[in-house]
Amino acid sequence: MADELIQARSLTKKFGDFVAVDDINFVVKQGESFGFLGPNGAGKTSTMRMIGAVSPVTSGELSVLGLDPMTEGPRLRSRLGVVPQENNLDEDLSVYDNLLIYGRYFDLSRSVLRDRIAELLEFVQLTDKKDAKISALSGGMKRRVIIARGLINEPDLFILDEPTTGLDPQARHVLWDRLYRLKQQGVTLIITTHYMDEAEQLCDRLVVMDKGKIVAEGSPAGLIKEHTPRDVVELRFAPGELEAITGRIEDLAEHTEILADRALVYTDDAEELISIVSASNLEPETELVRRSSLEDVFLRLTGRTLVD
Amino acid sequence: MTVPLSLRVAEAEARFYRRTWRGSVVSSFVTPILYLLAMGVGLGSLVDENLGYGLDGVSYLTFLAPGLLVATAMQTGAAEGAWKVMAGMKWRETWKARLASPIGVPSLVLGHMIWSAARVLMVSVAFAIVMTAFQIAPPLQSFLAVVPAFLVGVAMVAITTSFTVRLKSEAGLPMYFRFVVIPMFLFSGVFFPVSNLPDWLQPIALVTPMYHGVELARAIVVGIPPVVAPAISVTYLLAWIIAGTYFAVSPVRQKLKP
Ligand SMILES: Nc1ncnc2c1ncn2[C@@H]1O[C@H](COP(=O)(O)OP(=O)(O)OP(=O)(O)O)[C@@H](O)[C@H]1O
Ligand SMILES: [Mg+2]
Repeated sequence: MADELIQARSLTKKFGDFVAVDDINFVVKQGESFGFLGPNGAGKTSTMRMIGAVSPVTSGELSVLGLDPMTEGPRLRSRLGVVPQENNLDEDLSVYDNLLIYGRYFDLSRSVLRDRIAELLEFVQLTDKKDAKISALSGGMKRRVIIARGLINEPDLFILDEPTTGLDPQARHVLWDRLYRLKQQGVTLIITTHYMDEAEQLCDRLVVMDKGKIVAEGSPAGLIKEHTPRDVVELRFAPGELEAITGRIEDLAEHTEILADRALVYTDDAEELISIVSASNLEPETELVRRSSLEDVFLRLTGRTLVD
Repeated sequence: MTVPLSLRVAEAEARFYRRTWRGSVVSSFVTPILYLLAMGVGLGSLVDENLGYGLDGVSYLTFLAPGLLVATAMQTGAAEGAWKVMAGMKWRETWKARLASPIGVPSLVLGHMIWSAARVLMVSVAFAIVMTAFQIAPPLQSFLAVVPAFLVGVAMVAITTSFTVRLKSEAGLPMYFRFVVIPMFLFSGVFFPVSNLPDWLQPIALVTPMYHGVELARAIVVGIPPVVAPAISVTYLLAWIIAGTYFAVSPVRQKLKP
């Protein structure tokens, strides 16, 4: 299919005997932004690295932009933009030199690069930091430089591995805004993340990964609808109290989760549930009603939280 | 694809070098001046007095200078292959970043070789200028002696790179300098003829790339014909360059593209 930028069939990655990516299937279409959501060690980076032609596929089939990453690596990489999980900018060089040097790896001429760097710095709002050394930048600024670096070759596909991990909320919002603009310009994005709010903000479609496997696939709203009731009532208890009443909480609804300090009760009618709780003698310290999120989907599917 | 992209890698290294080029250029001139003054002039007057005629019929300074030229190239090559590679693979992570671009491992290694060769050439030429200024040899001989020095330096880049890319951590590098680079510096015929070594050590000196370079450089500057035919020595040095470069590729691929 012409509009399928990535096709993965039975894609598997092993490190020795350890299976990091376990027989996964997915398709990414032209112009969409596609997410990989999962906890530490789920296999997100391993998958990104295979797509980015920097890690050999152990078995299965993978086609990216119609090319085989195993045999057409350089050609494929010339059309990809990559934001790696770690900040691997050259700390001793300036923002401008980092971008210029990287652009030269794509055999772009200096004059083309001069204009493009100016545009990209404008885009990531770092024009005034052009001559600053990387080591003098904040974490959020470094991430923005890496995004600019990843766009230097005007890629057909932009791969972002945890673009906002470790940033403060404000810096994350700045980045989300930039990524949203890229999406609007029609750039196909692949984003991995631990954060369900990030996935909800940015992804049209996503897969939830756990222990190398894809455990669910769909749009953020679709996944929530499919896997959990609409609302969650969070009941918080004093430390230690929960154990004794676990059974009674589980009787409140068809689906509940007991965490260390609180219980999550899933329901389509939060008001009714609250009144049942009030009428009982459970007496939680606090009650909070919120909409179900991808975090709840993940909890439901794996029994574990996303960010530990 | 490999050749143009490896030039892009060399260009990136050059841009990085530009930050500190002044200091580097100054030290490429100061180091040979200090060595030639201390060893050649200072120690040399003692040697010449004792022997009455100097080594190989020339002054100790003239005997020493071509050897030191090669030794300087050798040490520069070792440093490029050690610290530069460790920085690229581990400290600065620049190599990994490059591999996400169209650059592949062979272009990466070749680009590193090209830039390091340029560095070896710079220090060797600086040394030749100093040699001329000291009137140790006419300019033509001094600059011709750069050729064997360059070959030894590049061979050392290749050998050291091949070693460094196999290391798990930088802890192996000081050992490498202590047990490979420094002994090679001291015992490959720079300071005294290899024939003065104990018999059992002579064959070891003979297999070092450095010995062949020193012999060639000394033949050019002093005019004594070398023991080994020059064509064989040059071929031997080229073989080290090719083998070292070739054997650096697969560990880089294993480590940076797991
Ligand atoms: N080079 C490697 N050698 C051996 N094991 C590896 C290697 N790279 C990754 N792994 C293992 O593969 C598994 C998946 O790792 P991966 O980095 O893909 O996870 P991830 O989903 O990106 O996690 P995180 O959210 O922490 O970044 C982990 O258990 C990891 O230890
Ligand atoms: Mg990861």
